[in-house]
Amino acid sequence: MPDLGIEVLFKGTNMLRLLQGLWVAMRISLISVLISMPLGILVGALMTVKNKAVHAVFKVYLEVIRIMPQLVLLFLVYFDTTKVWRINLSGEAAAIIVFVLWGTAEMGDLVRGALVSIPKHQYESSQALGLGRLQTYVYVIIPQTLRRLLPLSINLITRMIKTTSLVLMIGVVEVLKVAQQIIEANRMTTPNAAFGVFLVVLMLYFVVCWPISMLARQLERKWS
Amino acid sequence: MNWDFIFKYLPLYERAALLTVKIGLSGIFFALLIGLVCAAVRCYQVPFADQLAAAYIELSRNTPLLIQLFFIYYGLPKVGLSIKPEACGVIGLAFLGGSYMAEAFRSGLESVDKIQWESAASLGLNSAQTLGWVILPQALSTSVPALVANVIFLLKETSVFSAISLMDLMFTAKDLIGLYSKTTESLFLLVVFYLIILLPVSVAGSLLERRLRHAGFGD
Repeated sequence: MPDLGIEVLFKGTNMLRLLQGLWVAMRISLISVLISMPLGILVGALMTVKNKAVHAVFKVYLEVIRIMPQLVLLFLVYFDTTKVWRINLSGEAAAIIVFVLWGTAEMGDLVRGALVSIPKHQYESSQALGLGRLQTYVYVIIPQTLRRLLPLSINLITRMIKTTSLVLMIGVVEVLKVAQQIIEANRMTTPNAAFGVFLVVLMLYFVVCWPISMLARQLERKWS
Repeated sequence: MNWDFIFKYLPLYERAALLTVKIGLSGIFFALLIGLVCAAVRCYQVPFADQLAAAYIELSRNTPLLIQLFFIYYGLPKVGLSIKPEACGVIGLAFLGGSYMAEAFRSGLESVDKIQWESAASLGLNSAQTLGWVILPQALSTSVPALVANVIFLLKETSVFSAISLMDLMFTAKDLIGLYSKTTESLFLLVVFYLIILLPVSVAGSLLERRLRHAGFGD
């Protein structure tokens, strides 16, 4: 068996440091998810409003955010706030701002899609049954929307978790940065550490994201 | 905004954009190939290959491209597999994209009813004719929205290539910010060039989707 350099993780507190780095990345995604889910629901609901001006404003916001690579957004917020507005944002704060903006746009689009996918006759049938506006939403529309929405939004969560790996590029010390530090520090004693350590980081992300993806798939299968 | 600076460094960005497009397109091409093979293998439940494709799809969809690239670029040389940065970019993108394309093709293939095979057979078409004239056109028109979304997604993902020292748009922007501290101008050019690459794809994609909707059956 060739030397794969995994043993470097069992030295000292290396594995613990790696997990702490993973927690930094997870914390950023968790906060962003918690803020952008409710905001996205609001944006998605507003997108279905008939008012043309409201619709246009959100449409532009959605398209602008979704066409730019997330890394470009990170650069814009991280470098430009310092330069133009003289605010010194930490990398983590910039990351949360970007992921909230992006997550809200994506979630808004999912909510809008789920809402417009409810056929018009559902509203009409509810009315024919004598349900009020509020009752129609609570008993008929929202349960159906949720069934379509939940698997998709769980998938969005895994996408946001995977995207947090980018914060390395704006100087946040997260799992990938810690991995680089460990590899550098052990360059002499474990020259092959890059293989083992990056493989472990890859697996850590897999271990986090895979169960969430499976949950989304199961819900999709159950409800479709 | 310093326009002299912008015009001076425009060629740098052009070169970087070309590199981004070149690697992006090659990666997408191989991703489509991998996706097609995986989708076929999964759809027709080829023994062993089916499980292999399923495992690959799960691994690739649940890990970030940046870490896949780090593993390919920094990790693999340690076990004797040295790959050039450009090739790493293409391999990484194909590895990531293959699974997304496979899922898109598969949902298309699965959307075609079994009765289409039977009707084609009863009309006297052989299986190659059935696939080419009946199944694929319907499957592809269902897959197109997902395929277009994947192409845009993969082009956007190319932005992480700067991490493996490829001189792409992000690399150029970061370099200029570091060297001359012309942050606004560098970022402006970065956004403009990404728009030049991504907007036409996005517009062409939605046109294609609208065009192909006529091929749909039943609605």
